Amino acid sequence: MNPLRRAFLKNAGVVGTVAVAIATGLLKPGAAFAAAWNSLAFTAKDPAEAINNAGYGGAAESSDIMIKAPDIAENGAVVPVSATSNIPGTTSMAFFVEKNPTPMIASFEFSNGAEPYIATRVKMAKTSVVRVTVKAGGKNYTNSREVKVTIGGCGG
Amino acid sequence: MSMNRREFMQMLAVAAASGFALNSRAALAADSTGGFYDSPSFGNVSLLHITDCHAQLLPIYFREPNVNIGLGQSLNKTPHLVGEKLLKSFGIRPGTREAHAFTYLDFENAARTYGKVGGFAHLSTLIKKIRASRPGSLLLDGGDTWQGSATALWTKGQDMVDACKLLGVDVMTGHWEFTLGAERVKQVVDNDFKGKIDFVAQNIKTNDFGDQVFQPYVIKHINGIPVAIIGQAFPYTPIANPRYMTPDWSFGIQDDNMQLVVNEARAKGAQIVVVLSHNGMDVDLKMASRVSGIDAILGGHTHDGVPAPIVVKNSGGQTLVTNAGSNGKFLGVMDFEVKGGKVVDIKYKLLPVFANLIEPDAEMANLIKKVRAPYEAKLAEKLAVTEGTLYRRGNFNGTFDQLILDALMEVKGADAAFSPGFRWGTSLLPGEAITLEHVMDQTAITYPQTTLTEMTGETIKAIMEDVGDNLFNPDPYKQQGGDMVRVGGISYTCDLRKGFGKRINNMMLNGKALDPNKKYKVAGWAPVAEGATGEPIWNIVTDYLRDKKVISPRNLNLPKLIGIEDNAGIALAGR
Repeated sequence: MNPLRRAFLKNAGVVGTVAVAIATGLLKPGAAFAAAWNSLAFTAKDPAEAINNAGYGGAAESSDIMIKAPDIAENGAVVPVSATSNIPGTTSMAFFVEKNPTPMIASFEFSNGAEPYIATRVKMAKTSVVRVTVKAGGKNYTNSREVKVTIGGCGG
Repeated sequence: MSMNRREFMQMLAVAAASGFALNSRAALAADSTGGFYDSPSFGNVSLLHITDCHAQLLPIYFREPNVNIGLGQSLNKTPHLVGEKLLKSFGIRPGTREAHAFTYLDFENAARTYGKVGGFAHLSTLIKKIRASRPGSLLLDGGDTWQGSATALWTKGQDMVDACKLLGVDVMTGHWEFTLGAERVKQVVDNDFKGKIDFVAQNIKTNDFGDQVFQPYVIKHINGIPVAIIGQAFPYTPIANPRYMTPDWSFGIQDDNMQLVVNEARAKGAQIVVVLSHNGMDVDLKMASRVSGIDAILGGHTHDGVPAPIVVKNSGGQTLVTNAGSNGKFLGVMDFEVKGGKVVDIKYKLLPVFANLIEPDAEMANLIKKVRAPYEAKLAEKLAVTEGTLYRRGNFNGTFDQLILDALMEVKGADAAFSPGFRWGTSLLPGEAITLEHVMDQTAITYPQTTLTEMTGETIKAIMEDVGDNLFNPDPYKQQGGDMVRVGGISYTCDLRKGFGKRINNMMLNGKALDPNKKYKVAGWAPVAEGATGEPIWNIVTDYLRDKKVISPRNLNLPKLIGIEDNAGIALAGR
C-alpha cells in the first residue's frame, strides 16, 4: 500500500468504514452502535452463562466456522481475531474469551446475505480459549481456538 | 634423560590429546585429494546454508548441549538427542572429529585436539571451495547474524552486513536483527543489500493493514531451473524480544499464508521450493506436516546441529527439514537433482567448520581485522582466569550463565537472580583468560539493562512456570525456542509430566521453602519492557571478574527433573 493511501485511511479510520458498512446494508445500525445492548450477556462472568444469555445456548461444534488467531499473542491488549462462517444462512456471530472477567467480547448481525466474516481485536489477560458462536437457519453453532498469552522475554 | 619406546609412545599420546600433533593445515592438501571437506558435487542445483552465527567473525569454541529434552511427539527424536544417543542415531563414530562437532562428549580434550570452530575467513574459504564445484549455487543466511558480539553491537550490525556481502550471501531472513530496531533493518535492506542480498519474510506484516514488510520470497534461476526461496522470520520476535523494537510489525507462524505463498511460487513456475526458516526445528517439523509443496525447510533458531535431514510426510508428498547449528560452526550443503521439472533426488551434508583444517581467506581476514581494529585492545582485556569450562547451551543452565547469576546476586545484593535462556554465547576451556570479548559474547544485546525487583514467591513461581511452558508446551507452535530461564539462589524441581502451572515445585531459598506471600529481592537483565535504566549486564559481570581474578568451577544450580527416565535428550555432564 502506498504511504499516502495508508495515511488517508488511518485518518479517515473507524468512522469512515463503519459508515460505509451501514450505507451498503452490511451491518444493521443496531449492531454497529450497540443499540440492542444485551446487558445480561455482556456482564456475565461465567462463559457458559454469557453464551446462554447471548442466545447461543446448546451450540453444536462446527469446523465450518474458521477462526484465525495467533498461537501466541504478540500483545494481550490487542489480539487480532477473525472468523468466517461457512454455514449457509448465517445471520449472526459472537466472540467470547472464556478466561476474561467478562467473557463476551462482541456480537454482530448480518443482513441481506452479507458475507459472515468479522475481524476484530480482543483484550486477553491470560491464555484462554477464544470461542466464536453463530446462528444459522435458526440453529446455534460454535468453534474455538486457544490463544496463549505469555509474559515474554527469555527467547532465542 | 633417556626415554624408552613405551614412554615415548605415551608422550605422543598426551601430545595428541592436548592438541600438539594433530592440527595441521597440511590436512587441507589432503583435503583436495579426498580429505575431510571433499564433497563431490551432485545434481544440478545447490544451496549452501548458514544460520545463527551470532556475529562470531573469529573461530571460537562451542560446546553442544548435554540437556536438550524432547517430550510428547518430540520424545527421543531429532533434535532432542544428545551425546552418544545422537551419535548412534546418525551413525557417527565416537571419539572422532565429527563426534566432537555434534556433541558435548569429552569436550575439553576434544576441543584441545581439534581446535576452534567457525570464523568467517575460514568459512569463506570453505564456501569458495564448495561453490567452485557447484556453479550457480546460492548461499542462504537464516539470520541471527547481526547480533552476538561486541563489534556487531557497537557497529549496529555493520561489521556483519559487510562480512556477509563479502561472503557472498544471496538470500537472508532474520530474528535478532530486529533487536537493532525496525528502522535499522530497513536501512540495511534498502541500501547495503540493494541489488545484492534479498531479505525475505512471508510472515512479517504491518499491524495496521497487514501489508508485507519484506518480499515474502524470491525466485532465482539456477542453471536454468527456477528455484523459490521463501523467508520465514522468527515468528515470536515481538514476544521473546522487546516489542518496542518493531512496534508496527506483526509476526506469527502463519502457515495458511505460507501455503498461499508456496502455491503462488509453484504457479509462477518454481521447480524447487525451499523455506529459509528461523522457526526453530520443532516448529519446522510441524509446519512441514501441515503445508504441502515445500521440498526442504532449511532451519535455524534452535541451534541444533543435525547431521542429516528429517523427512516429514504431508498431503503433497514429503518435505526435508534441516537445522544447521550455530556460531559459524557449520555449513549446510543441499544438492538437488531436477529432471523434467521435478526434484528426483536430494543430497545433504552438514559440514563442521574446523579452523585448523582451513586456510583463512585473505580478503575476509583483512575485513575482519579492519572492523576489529578500533576495539581490539579494549576487547582483549583479561578480566580473570577460569578454572573450569564455561559454556551456555543447555535447557536449564550453563556454567557461564551460573557465573552471570553469581555476579548479579553478589553485586546487586539479591536473594535470587534470573538470567534469560539464550542459546548463543561461546565456550571457554579451563585455564583460559576471560576477556571483555568473552563477556560480550554472552551479553551483547540492545536491551542489556539489569534490574533489581521485589517479587513475591508467587510471582517468582509464575515467571518460572511461564518460561517453562515456552520450552515444554506439548504443541511446538506454542514454544518459543529458547531455553529455561536460568535461576540463581532458588533450588526447585521440574516435573516434565505435568502441564502449565504445575511443573515447578519444591522451591527453596537458603534451605527454606519459598513463601508465596513473602517478598524477595530478585536481580535480572534483558527486560523486554521499555524504559528500564539499570547498569548494563556486561559492567556487572566485568566488575565481578576483575574482583575475583580466578573463577573456580561453577556449582551449577540445576533443578531436580521428574519424568526424564529413558529420555535421550539428557545425559550427565562429563560422561
